[in-house]
Amino acid sequence: MTDAYVAMPEPAAAQALERTWRDPPGFLGWLAAVNHKSIGRRFIVTAFGFFVAAGLLAAVMRLQLSRPDNHIVGPDLYNRIFTLHGTAMMFLFAVPVMQAMAVYLVPLMIGTRSTAFPRMTAYAYWVYLFGGLMIFIAFLLAMGPDNGWFNYVPLSGPQYSSGKRSDFWAQLITFTEVSGLLVSVDIITTVFKLRAPGMTLARMPLFVWAMLVTAFMIIFAMPAVMLSSTMLIMDRLVGTHFFNPADGGDPLLWQHLFWFFGHPEVYFIFIPALGFMSSIIATFARRPIFGHTAMVLALIATAFFAFGLWVHHMFATNVPDLGKAFFTAMSLMIAIPSAVQIFCWIATLWKGRLYMTSALLFTLGFFFILVIGGLTGLILGSVPLDLQVHDSYFVVAHLHYVLIGGAVFPLFGAWYYWFPKITGRLMDERLGRWNFWLFFIAFNVTFYPMHHLGLEGMPRRVYTYAAATGWGPLNLLASVGAVVIALSVLLFIVNAVKSLRSGELAGPNPWRAPSLEWAADSPPAAYDFAAIPVVASREPLWDARPAPSHVTGLATDVREGVSTTVIDALPDHRYTFPSPTPWTFLAAVATTVMFISSIFTPWAVVWGSIPIIITLIAWFWPTREETAKHLALEKRP
Amino acid sequence: MSATHPPYPLGAAPAPSLETRGAVRAGDALDVRALPSYGFGASSLMWWGTLGVMAIEGTVFAMAAVAYFYLRTQADEWPLGVPPPKLLWGTLNTLILLASAIPNQWAKRAAQRHDLEGVRRALPICIAFAVAFIVVRAFEFTTLECRWDTNAYGSIVWMLLGLHTTHLLTDFADTAVLAVLMFTGPLEGKRFADVAENAVYWDFVVLAWLPIYAVIYWAPRF
Repeated sequence: MTDAYVAMPEPAAAQALERTWRDPPGFLGWLAAVNHKSIGRRFIVTAFGFFVAAGLLAAVMRLQLSRPDNHIVGPDLYNRIFTLHGTAMMFLFAVPVMQAMAVYLVPLMIGTRSTAFPRMTAYAYWVYLFGGLMIFIAFLLAMGPDNGWFNYVPLSGPQYSSGKRSDFWAQLITFTEVSGLLVSVDIITTVFKLRAPGMTLARMPLFVWAMLVTAFMIIFAMPAVMLSSTMLIMDRLVGTHFFNPADGGDPLLWQHLFWFFGHPEVYFIFIPALGFMSSIIATFARRPIFGHTAMVLALIATAFFAFGLWVHHMFATNVPDLGKAFFTAMSLMIAIPSAVQIFCWIATLWKGRLYMTSALLFTLGFFFILVIGGLTGLILGSVPLDLQVHDSYFVVAHLHYVLIGGAVFPLFGAWYYWFPKITGRLMDERLGRWNFWLFFIAFNVTFYPMHHLGLEGMPRRVYTYAAATGWGPLNLLASVGAVVIALSVLLFIVNAVKSLRSGELAGPNPWRAPSLEWAADSPPAAYDFAAIPVVASREPLWDARPAPSHVTGLATDVREGVSTTVIDALPDHRYTFPSPTPWTFLAAVATTVMFISSIFTPWAVVWGSIPIIITLIAWFWPTREETAKHLALEKRP
Repeated sequence: MSATHPPYPLGAAPAPSLETRGAVRAGDALDVRALPSYGFGASSLMWWGTLGVMAIEGTVFAMAAVAYFYLRTQADEWPLGVPPPKLLWGTLNTLILLASAIPNQWAKRAAQRHDLEGVRRALPICIAFAVAFIVVRAFEFTTLECRWDTNAYGSIVWMLLGLHTTHLLTDFADTAVLAVLMFTGPLEGKRFADVAENAVYWDFVVLAWLPIYAVIYWAPRF
């Protein structure tokens, strides 16, 4: 059923579609590309690159901490290393990689040919890339930030943090927020308006729900950190007093604004991972997810609760006790929707016929690790216990259990699962199992001892410790684990490169999965689907082919798609997607010049805006040729 | 595979007919040739994109207002050591902004009628209003009675006013570019949808001003 789901067009039509939808040739064409798969691939590979770079920084920290009184790395460099490790992992890897997966997969999963605003996606990618390069170059030039990834004032303020280190951090936030917010707007519009005819909201895959919910969270959470990092850079550059208590400011304002973003941020990382889980589990349990509607409601509930948790990062401050009690209750309440999802997955696995692959192994690893991370979360959510272990290695253990267990394991599962779709070739299963078991065991060897180190009083972010503390052996154990984690990631890279060259050919649907991306070729043609499919159920590739089964009447010489209504996905209009343009790249360059220059002079905001405006106008301005093509297809509403 | 799992009530419900707005069944296919090639309002993708941007910017405004009142809770007196801003220019600008909604509405309605002449009449009036409220805004900055580096009160008031001013500037630039395009071309029907969506954004900038005006000019008086 899957092979013939989408009717094949005439070869001539397919060639015309390919010509219309592919990226322009050459290096300039590469810069001008807007195809969601090109941008999505670049986004994923770049985020993985930042993951490896930030991971290497962690390896240096583990080397330094492997024995007491070690002096490989001095205190100042150590500060810069842990700050960039956390900053890069959160802002340059974890959030962007999830959005990158959405940019690649959402259009395929909902049966369209592009995201809604492909030029904006390309611009968001370039801004993200340039911002990430900026912070790493600043680090190499010894100008990297050194106040930790949440950059608390007053330490990061003008009084205690001289030089430009803190300003680079603040502008990195601006880069990543611009990128993240634009991709969110793009994803929401794509999901609302470009679903294949018949894919009502009730039939939408859980993965797409997860990405939609995440995009909404980003829209309402990221502005808080954008505002606070702007306040910080203004305190440092033009003498405002937002965080200066001597002139009416308040350092806790920073903590409130940062964590109003920072706690939901954990869920920007976690909720997409839940989407991966649902896709992978349904496919390898060979049955639909148990309790689909409950799962959707749980996702939305998690997103709402996530906005009511931020103060649990601030239990060691002078927030009123009543407030702390409220935030403890909210923190415990989020266990309810999380449990709904976990039990639905368990029911799915229980009732299914399991087909064990590396992808499924990684998602099963999630259950074990996340449950431990969740249990320590209960401890940290309670005020007296939190005060006991605050700022200790217990917190480091907890956050790595939650983030690596909750997001990185499902993400690796997702890479094994969708690698054949993206590249056309399957990854090696034997190497995959080695990759999983090494990662799983080494992860626990690295981070489990940190709970004990924390309980024994080892503070986080110290560059060394005395032998008399007795923390040496557990630290050595953790460092050994870290080396094995690095090996397992290396194994993943070897597997990916090897499979890319000589992996088994996958065909459109190697896993016999139910969702639409598996109806496209592997790798998908530039136009994704030869004909836009029509959908009549939740698992279209598992169910009988509907009648009508596909869309006809779309142009092949213009990037045209069909836009549908928000809830029922009824045909609404034909939508013309914009064509490739180098102006998105140039606008990103202009934006980068403005953001970086404004670290050194506030006037850059004024003169730096002029090239941005020029490039944006050039990006928007329609050409006569394009307009003529559109007029030929035009029909007024 | 369909036989291996039970039917799901929502997934299996009989679909509403997909033959809407000119889409017709043609054998095994759904022919969409006759669908319109663009749409206005909630039908348009750009409208949703604009809505997303408005949600982001609205959240930024709301957060800045929250920061204002947070700082106020930390202060013994408010405003900190300076008188409240003078009302004249801010109030005048509020009236100009509200009045600008009228030509903006003309532009929107003309666009929805595909009335090119009407759009060409309305947009220059909108731009004249934009010039007026930007000039008056410059005077507003002089009535704040403090600088951004006077103290935290000065910082947050300048930030609120500055944030809104960037919106006045972008709104002016968007509208000016669109107006030039509507005079010079190349034109197609979709540009009328652009004009209508630009008008929606304009209304947002006007409406967002009202709470900011209340915070800057009236909150320090109570």
